Amino acid sequence: MKVGLFIPCYVNQLYPQVAIATLELLEKLNVDVYYPSTQTCCGQPLGNSGYEDDSKGACQLFVENFKEYDYIVGPSGSCIYHVKKHFDILEQTPDVIKVRNNAYELCEFITKILGKTDLGAKFPHKVGLHKSCHGLRGLHLGSCSERMDPHFSTEENLLNAVEGLELMSLNRKDECCGFGGTFSVFEEAISVKMGKDRIQDHIDSDVEVITGADHSCLMHLEGLINRQKKPLKVMHIAEILNKSI
Amino acid sequence: MAHAEKATEFNKDEAKVNWHDKALWYVREKRDKSAHGVIGWEHLRDVASGIKANVLSNLDNYLIEFEKNAQNNGIKVHWASDAKEHNEIVSKILADNNAKKVVKSKSMLTEECHLNPHLEAQGIEVVDTDLGEYIVQIAKETPSHIVLPAIHKTKEEVDELFQEHLGTEPSGGNPEYLTNEARKHLRNKFLNADAAITGVNFAIAETGGIVVCTNEGNADMGSHLANVHIASMGIEKIIPKEKNLGVFLRLLARSATGQPITTYSSHFNKPAKGKEMHIVIVDNGRTEQLSREDFRASLHCIRCGACMNTCPIYRRSGGHSYDATIPGPIGSILSPGKDLTKHSSLPFASTLCGSCSNVCPVKINIHEQLYKWRQVIVKDVKQPVVKKSILKVAGGVLANRKLYNFSGRMARFMLKYAPRFIVYSKLNAWGKARDLPEVKGQNFDQWYKVKRKK
Repeated sequence: MKVGLFIPCYVNQLYPQVAIATLELLEKLNVDVYYPSTQTCCGQPLGNSGYEDDSKGACQLFVENFKEYDYIVGPSGSCIYHVKKHFDILEQTPDVIKVRNNAYELCEFITKILGKTDLGAKFPHKVGLHKSCHGLRGLHLGSCSERMDPHFSTEENLLNAVEGLELMSLNRKDECCGFGGTFSVFEEAISVKMGKDRIQDHIDSDVEVITGADHSCLMHLEGLINRQKKPLKVMHIAEILNKSI
Repeated sequence: MAHAEKATEFNKDEAKVNWHDKALWYVREKRDKSAHGVIGWEHLRDVASGIKANVLSNLDNYLIEFEKNAQNNGIKVHWASDAKEHNEIVSKILADNNAKKVVKSKSMLTEECHLNPHLEAQGIEVVDTDLGEYIVQIAKETPSHIVLPAIHKTKEEVDELFQEHLGTEPSGGNPEYLTNEARKHLRNKFLNADAAITGVNFAIAETGGIVVCTNEGNADMGSHLANVHIASMGIEKIIPKEKNLGVFLRLLARSATGQPITTYSSHFNKPAKGKEMHIVIVDNGRTEQLSREDFRASLHCIRCGACMNTCPIYRRSGGHSYDATIPGPIGSILSPGKDLTKHSSLPFASTLCGSCSNVCPVKINIHEQLYKWRQVIVKDVKQPVVKKSILKVAGGVLANRKLYNFSGRMARFMLKYAPRFIVYSKLNAWGKARDLPEVKGQNFDQWYKVKRKK
């Protein structure tokens, strides 16, 4: 099984530690993982802003970079969702179909394809899980509070297996953080208010570390936390799962 | 004004935003609890969505069937292609009956057609009798929510409004007292009304009858007391059979307010002896929306308002920020179909979180339609030059690894070394309330080149 590691553009540039944790984690799990060095972005920032047509070049490049792999794995639910959902703008060649079908968010890949939940990690902290919308409602990484389905959560399963980790219960289980890509800039007031409210929920729930499977949401929350000097740390779930102190 | 500007205005009073958010979240949670009590809720949504899809695919036949059956029952049926025609038809019916005083029970369609100002200009008194609608009417505002029209008003604000308009005593916002005073006032209006106008929740093709759901019984009060009952409905309100109500009534009340059923589900099948009943069937842009494949399913809507209660943006920006008859997520996919330029900011007033689509009792893919409208809008409506150029350039950069490398380096360099007052200038909306990420020594590409050689 050959796995292509997809590192979202902003993670590559701004959060290399998240990319490193993802790579190390996959290596620890004995995955034959490759990082195609000419990858850029999935095109989501353009598509969500209405410029889907201008993103075709980026989407096509994505397919070129990853078409030879059995699986494409990335530490971001929303980018993976974009590949699966919105690459319908490309001509549906066998390569495009293959890439769309085999793109996986990291947590889902670990639990569903590798069939593992206990990764031997240790992290003795009170953790709050931010369930990012595209992972949750788009990729169905877990049950959503709106739907009357039996409860499950891919990320919770992984975090509950981490030694010492205490997963805190939030008042609003899966409300959006307000990032929303360019929404965060063009609807700045609401975006910030939504983020502040999410953070308060974590603080009210005694959380020490906010985590999630999508670093774009976490970037937004971290920006607010740092500005307001709130007593919270932000870590991608890959960083926690890769901890083995 | 675009949604973002109005939302910014609304957010100047954070305490009120918190209150508005909590009030609507309370309704959302009530909905969750009540839906959990129904075994097969998700199946019920599937069925409802299927019935609506069937209706939209056979709308012409169902409408003709409905008209025939309604006429057989003695109801007069009128067809209006737009708001203007609707208002003229209503005026004519009122004039024919020499009706000067009208009581209305809640109808978003008459809001959509701006019926009140039309009738008032002709010297007709129109009173909205739903308590929430009555509040916004005397405040000279529009409903901010389709089920809870005055949800943007605190009880203290209503107190002041009633003191001014009904001469009530200051009560510190006592809901019981205020409701009683409104009831007394409205009772008089009901007793003296010449005609009653209602909306329609469901029009049953098989029987030619209509169903109106209210919690206050005001549709019944109005239509039973007045000599003329006019019911206005959009063409999409049709359901094929009476038994389909078993699906929709269960979904509607639970989705809207978390009640197992609305207090009154009133069935109107024919005029009472010596009275008249009219139904005005209105298109007003609906067939055009029906013709748009990507947006057709927006016509499934049964106006429960659940998408508003769950929407984290709606809860924090208020219904008026949408500047449309139907606010919130569903309004943001319906309104662009009516006036793309005016409503072009609405599909962007969303993070595409998808919660709306999940609560929708008739399974409208609201967030997917928001995404699709965005694609239409950047092509058909003039866009801000800066936004457009940035995104167009980004498209080129992301398709080219060398340009991407260069841009990544530049961005990281700027973030690391540019002075704070430049990075956090007015042009940087991100940085107003948020810090930018701290730039590490290397990006992942550089790290990988050194640490892994494959």
